[in-house]
Amino acid sequence: MTSIGTGYDLSASTYSPDGRIFQVEYANKAVENSGTAIGLRVKDGVVFAVEKLVHSKLLVPGANRRIQSVDRHIGLATAGLLADGRNISNRARAEANDFRELHRSGIPLKEMTSRIGQYVQVYTLYSSVRPFGISTIVGGVDKDGPSLYIIEPSGVYFGYHGAAVGKGRQLAKTELEKLKLQEMSTREAVLEAARIIYLVHDDAKEKEFELEMSWIGDETNGLHLAVPKDLLDEAEQKAKEALETFE
Amino acid sequence: MFRNTYDSDNTVFSPQGRLHQVEYALEAVKQGSAAVGLRSKTHSILLALKRSTGELASYQQKMYRIDDHIGIAIAGLTSDARVLSNFMRQQAMSSRMAFNRPMPVNRLVSSIADKAQVNTQEYGRRPYGVGFLVIGQDQTGPHLYEFSPSGNSYEYYAMSIGARSQSAKTYLEKHYESFPDCSLEDLIRHGLHALRETLQQDKDLSIKNTSIGIIGPSGEHEKGISPAGNFRILDGQSVDVYLKTMVPKDMSEGAVLTRAALAGLSGIVPTIVTDEDVQMAE
Amino acid sequence: MDHFPTNWGRPRNDAYDAYGTHPIPQRPYNGHQDAFADAVQRTQQPIVTGTSVLAIKYKDGIMMAADNLASYGSLARFKDVQRLHPVGQYTVLGAGGDMSDFQYIQHMLEQLSIDEFTCQDGHNLGPAEIHEYMSHVMYARRSKMNPLWNSLIVGGYKDGKRFLSYVDLLGTTYSASTLATGYGAYIAQPLLRKAVEGREDVLTEEEARKIIEDSMRVLFYRDARSLNKFQIATVTSVGVNISESIQLDTSWSFAEGIRGYGAQTQ
Repeated sequence: MTSIGTGYDLSASTYSPDGRIFQVEYANKAVENSGTAIGLRVKDGVVFAVEKLVHSKLLVPGANRRIQSVDRHIGLATAGLLADGRNISNRARAEANDFRELHRSGIPLKEMTSRIGQYVQVYTLYSSVRPFGISTIVGGVDKDGPSLYIIEPSGVYFGYHGAAVGKGRQLAKTELEKLKLQEMSTREAVLEAARIIYLVHDDAKEKEFELEMSWIGDETNGLHLAVPKDLLDEAEQKAKEALETFE
Repeated sequence: MFRNTYDSDNTVFSPQGRLHQVEYALEAVKQGSAAVGLRSKTHSILLALKRSTGELASYQQKMYRIDDHIGIAIAGLTSDARVLSNFMRQQAMSSRMAFNRPMPVNRLVSSIADKAQVNTQEYGRRPYGVGFLVIGQDQTGPHLYEFSPSGNSYEYYAMSIGARSQSAKTYLEKHYESFPDCSLEDLIRHGLHALRETLQQDKDLSIKNTSIGIIGPSGEHEKGISPAGNFRILDGQSVDVYLKTMVPKDMSEGAVLTRAALAGLSGIVPTIVTDEDVQMAE
Repeated sequence: MDHFPTNWGRPRNDAYDAYGTHPIPQRPYNGHQDAFADAVQRTQQPIVTGTSVLAIKYKDGIMMAADNLASYGSLARFKDVQRLHPVGQYTVLGAGGDMSDFQYIQHMLEQLSIDEFTCQDGHNLGPAEIHEYMSHVMYARRSKMNPLWNSLIVGGYKDGKRFLSYVDLLGTTYSASTLATGYGAYIAQPLLRKAVEGREDVLTEEEARKIIEDSMRVLFYRDARSLNKFQIATVTSVGVNISESIQLDTSWSFAEGIRGYGAQTQ
């Protein structure tokens, strides 16, 4: 890497001579080291799935969540520094409250994403802070139907039908592109999402992992909830079977 | 000591996306003496090794009560711990005040984790130099959490922090599957065994250097415990009865297991002396 | 980062900024203020009001009732107002008094429920917690000489336990197996006590409903700010259920014989 040792990469408030902000690029590295997170926007809702890398077998399974709810109708999954993810979700909750206080209705996804985007972007402007070491997938259902966005450490955000961040995002994206997301129900999407997470997990390099999933759609009455145990078990079972036939 | 360009500031990512200052703060936790936490279906417990600076000094307190239903053990900078534990007490009290509800343990741990996260992102601050093991009970049962300066918190079946905590962790990983069904006495003995692993060669656990924190119903050796099983700290003489249940260290592994199984029936293991030299002192 | 050197070294106010979430949230503002900032207005009387709320304990849980009227003085101004409000899965809040204050309370509790929902950790606020919280809110506001002009009944069922408690604009609280606010406290409360006290564990839902309906009928006859259109809420192990509006049969034929009623001239 040419950036190292030049002194142009020590602060988010410094451009390199060719116009890059290396601190933001390094923040992206923190994202790339993290377990994969994906989001699927389908016909009637959104499904989140996260590959939670288990760093110790003493961890209590099911606790230590990486997918958060920020309002009744909005979910958020992050890849990167876990603690930064909590910071973002707390901020997102505050924004949701704020909007509700003013407008007496739930915040639209587009507005929520824009506000998180601005918040993240501010942290790329000053030397007194570092950028967020996370990419955030925000999704949910509002009055215009389901939507899904990714917010990157630079603060830039785009809408997606299928979103993938973290270590296995390339492979996950390829898999997502094969799906007919617009014709799928959330229940079907849960199975696909589980399959993709199992597929992108690299047994050779990584330790154990735990699949964490949440969904929002017609079946949850528009609430962002954890995928129920029986469906999660079914999804995991099918994902493992699919993996065997794949190999 | 090594040094690199990216490690003097917590607002700087290294080219690998790491935060060196945060990683150094995690090292500060390892400077502190060890603490161990375990959880069964009914109890959460903490065990900690106290240090003293010399013959004339008292032993440094390692455990703090936060509320009736929450207690912590610390490793690292004690002064940082006091700032954070004060904050935890305030949060716990405000939950009791506003809702007349004991604060859910996970929310309390998350609240200090969120506080710690800010210190990893802004210039002019340093990350906290202390790690906690937090035990508590709420509507969802007994819990054990680890809090670390990186702003992360995790829930564990059993965990250890502080100096040489890896040895204790190895012990815990070997035995954790039996913990859920352990009696309080068995759980404490496992904890003491794990804590013993963190000692230097010539040191022993004693009533002076060992603290035990308990949440859950009264054990066999306890008196006057509230039915709710509030947090209590055992120090000094009251630790003795538990130290006596420990199995001498160089007994074979198999023997330890059968003795543990035995203990499940009787509650206490009579100390069998296989070798005069290795019997636990005091 | 705190850019105000005057704040350095001072203890941070955790009530104001518990997590030190700068730099974006606003710092305390010391600049120019609105010219009217010092002029303070407080609630001195309720404007649009609801009347009684009734509530009783019965075998399976609690039952609460309130009519659908919001009066503007003595004018029957709004006839389709719901005065029973579900909070979370275990609680119903019934309100008499100022309706705009009640709506404010509803928004406040809505936000509280969302905060609780987003934690997704298996902990939920029950009726006892909501009542405790409301009692602090009401007492704090009256202590600022700016009360929320309501009398509230919080009822619920959680973990196999019934809960019924009262809090009003003064922050006064009490619990009983029958509660009534407003005019109902004078007219319906004795009826409810007679019918319910000592029988909380045997009253069936049907019997409870009969007691409530009879009391609501009496209230409609006697209370000039009431309406014969009301809703009944039950909270049981199944959860919260708030009925559609119910109309009661009433007979006013006796009124013909009353002097001063109707078209009589003398």
